[in-house]
Amino acid sequence: MSDFLKDRTSQIVTLENNAPDIACEKKSLAGSVSQRACVFCGSRVVLYPIADALHLIHGPIGCAAYTWDIRGALSSGPQLHRLSFSTDLREKDVVFGGEKKLYHSLIELIDTYQPKAAFVFATCIVGVIGDDVERICKKVSREKGIDVLSVMSEGFRGTKKDGYAAACGALSALIGTDDSYHAPKFSINILGDFNLAGELWILKDYYKRIGVNIITCLTGDGRVDEIRRAHKASLNVVQCSGSMMPLAREMKEKYGIPFKKVSYFGIEDMSDALYEVAGFFEDENMMDASRALVAGELNMLIPALVPFRKDLTGKKAAIYVGGAFKAISLVKALRLLGMETVVVGSQTGNSDDYRLLQKLCDPGTILVDDSNPNELSSFVKQKGADLFIGGVKERPIAHKLGLGFCDHNHERKEALAGYEGMLNFAREVHASVMSPVWKYVK
Amino acid sequence: MKKPLLSPKSSGFVSTRNACKLCSPLGGSIAFRGVEGCVPLVHGSQGCATYIRRYLISHFREPVDIASTNFTEDTTVFGGAMNLKVALENITQQYNPSLIGVCTTCLSETIGEDVPQMLRIVEVEANRHSDGPALVAASTPSYQGTHIDGFREAVYSLVRRFSYKPQLPESQNSINLFPGLWSPADLRHLKEIVAAFELRYTLLPDYSETLDNPVWDDYKRIPAGGTPLQELRNMGGALTSIDFGGVEELSGEGYHSGAHFLEKEFGVGRKVLSSPIGIDQTDRLMKFLAHVSGNEIPDLFTDERGRLIDAYIDGHKYVFGKRVVVYGDEDLVAGLTSFLNEIGMKVVLVASGTEAKSLKRALANVSIDALPLMADADFEEIRAFCRENPPDLIVGNSKGYNLAHEAGIPLVRVGFPVHDRIGAQRILHIGYRGAQSLYDTIVNTLLQQKQDSSRVGYKYL
Repeated sequence: MSDFLKDRTSQIVTLENNAPDIACEKKSLAGSVSQRACVFCGSRVVLYPIADALHLIHGPIGCAAYTWDIRGALSSGPQLHRLSFSTDLREKDVVFGGEKKLYHSLIELIDTYQPKAAFVFATCIVGVIGDDVERICKKVSREKGIDVLSVMSEGFRGTKKDGYAAACGALSALIGTDDSYHAPKFSINILGDFNLAGELWILKDYYKRIGVNIITCLTGDGRVDEIRRAHKASLNVVQCSGSMMPLAREMKEKYGIPFKKVSYFGIEDMSDALYEVAGFFEDENMMDASRALVAGELNMLIPALVPFRKDLTGKKAAIYVGGAFKAISLVKALRLLGMETVVVGSQTGNSDDYRLLQKLCDPGTILVDDSNPNELSSFVKQKGADLFIGGVKERPIAHKLGLGFCDHNHERKEALAGYEGMLNFAREVHASVMSPVWKYVK
Repeated sequence: MKKPLLSPKSSGFVSTRNACKLCSPLGGSIAFRGVEGCVPLVHGSQGCATYIRRYLISHFREPVDIASTNFTEDTTVFGGAMNLKVALENITQQYNPSLIGVCTTCLSETIGEDVPQMLRIVEVEANRHSDGPALVAASTPSYQGTHIDGFREAVYSLVRRFSYKPQLPESQNSINLFPGLWSPADLRHLKEIVAAFELRYTLLPDYSETLDNPVWDDYKRIPAGGTPLQELRNMGGALTSIDFGGVEELSGEGYHSGAHFLEKEFGVGRKVLSSPIGIDQTDRLMKFLAHVSGNEIPDLFTDERGRLIDAYIDGHKYVFGKRVVVYGDEDLVAGLTSFLNEIGMKVVLVASGTEAKSLKRALANVSIDALPLMADADFEEIRAFCRENPPDLIVGNSKGYNLAHEAGIPLVRVGFPVHDRIGAQRILHIGYRGAQSLYDTIVNTLLQQKQDSSRVGYKYL
């Protein structure tokens, strides 16, 4: 490993008896070619799925251009979130300030698109050139009569996680602003599902079948008016805990709403998510309905997985995703397909999640935090992986080395959550690993 | 009266909605990827490098390692010299590059970083110990121009930093080629054309291999290929330069061109040509190469040209008078407009995200009738135009998919980026062969549209 960066040694652990805990939540090293993005990215991805809000990116064009229609976060109604709005700051704006441009952009866009609320993302240079974004937002809010919320997401002000927190702050400003809503008895919020490939709709159906009402999802298929009522829920169910924990904690403190961490990937975790909610409400009917739902789904799913499992048993997988919590579900889901995880890592995992992974994975597995192409390519080769699960940036690493690939990131087009998601996952992994094209690579 | 600080776009909007351009460091990074042994380094926040990588990976479907100096709050307040130094060391340790090309960003430029000076200091320190990589910086703030300006700026910075006038006989027989942001297939074809005239050449940048690799046994931290640094150094001694998409009269300040620098500093002749798309523009290239080399145009190309004209004739009625909207990078739309005109299509709009003066400059070498130009364009403006004046065909990158789909107008994908199809790196635009491929695609797209919208089910068209 001599040609890896020495300062990263503590963030790479090979699992064995007495393996040390992996170091994490560190700043990326300059020049390391980290797979991470920035604060802005964190804020942008969390708020992006709110479909009836205006998302205006204040800064030069890059940040808006690179995040135009970037997530497969589907909306059942308005599609405003899929447009990319930018103040497109030019040299003269940098010299004279961008406040006027921001003000006029907000006014024209609100007049044209009639959004329910507006989010203004401050990018790197906004503070440096002295723009008072909050003041402009307040002014426009008064003039137009809608919430205009500033999201201070300058790229350099921390990591993607700080961007999540800034986005949670904006959500928090909306929550609690509609007190007129009377929530049905068993009402929850889903936190941290982004309705990629319509996954939220699958979950909503399950919850409906066990008698649970969802007030809002933060933020998949999100609507501003639903978010305003989120404080009426009895429980917050948190999936992407990396992004949504700040909000879940705040809502517990502010409104006394407890939260549960769940995952919807794989059979065990999906079923647990339903049982947890039924258990929380201490309702026998709901528990019975959950059992019936799980049994019914598994009766269909398990036989359907058999042919995939037959082909995939003994194959090896590498996982590199955004948060480590998702990686835990993926390790279990792969096991269900007979596959062994040999490399697992994440951009922004925390020590709790890594500890769970450390317990879950087999000896010899390489665990890595905030990795880069050099390390990842070397690990998958060293461990003889047949499949890489990651996002767009990991895909060419896999393909160039002749490994199958499964996209488990924003851009996935197949729903991977829930029981039908598990079947899609099996199908996708199978289609990649079993392709005959790999025989030409060697 | 308009507010003096606001210059609305042609639609009257102040904001940009669905940009038809990208930021400058992206173009700079592509150019640096086209030099042998080079790792690009973006001097700014981590996100800049990561977004650019993601964007390029979706187009080229290749590993695109671009490093970042990872600005933090402290860096922004106290300056990025230390981060730059650490990044250079870490890149050197991991990649052992022969060159590191630094692109600045809006952030580093706004806080006033003098990157060239920092690099000089690092080089002076390094030379005492060992042979570190060569270093070069390009000024690519995102608030200035587009990705095309970043691309040209990086090329200019490379030439300025490394070229001199060598007294080598072999470089005196060599010509310099400065392409636009073309596809790897285009760059390969250009090399093939020039080599067929028995000319030596230096192509800058040359990412025909570095961004279009075969499958690998082991991960290549720096893919093979790219303009060799030594050839880059010798560019000042070349016979002449071809400045594709360049500007004839360089009166305007702030326009940087590698070929112009070589002309000014070392007296290397400069020939300005449009991107050689279609017969007219390719003829100009062929004639110039015949003139420079003293060789006849090889039969290979006269044959290709003949077959292309034969195809033009076979398909002429299907395309004649069809209304077409073209958008994208200024060099590309200039070449495409010339090509679409010569096959009898009616170009009803030429749109580009670049500013008016750049778009006009790019179109200056294309003899065409007056047409509606939309500079500083965004996709909502192009969409509004297509709604009011529905064309028969749209030609541009894949970012126009939604507006084309919504209007039920076929889109022929060209240029950069193409994120919704495979093979973007293999789209051939230039030369007679590129025109042949574009022509067949356009005619067949129109035929398919005709076939699909008819109930008859024609089997002959």
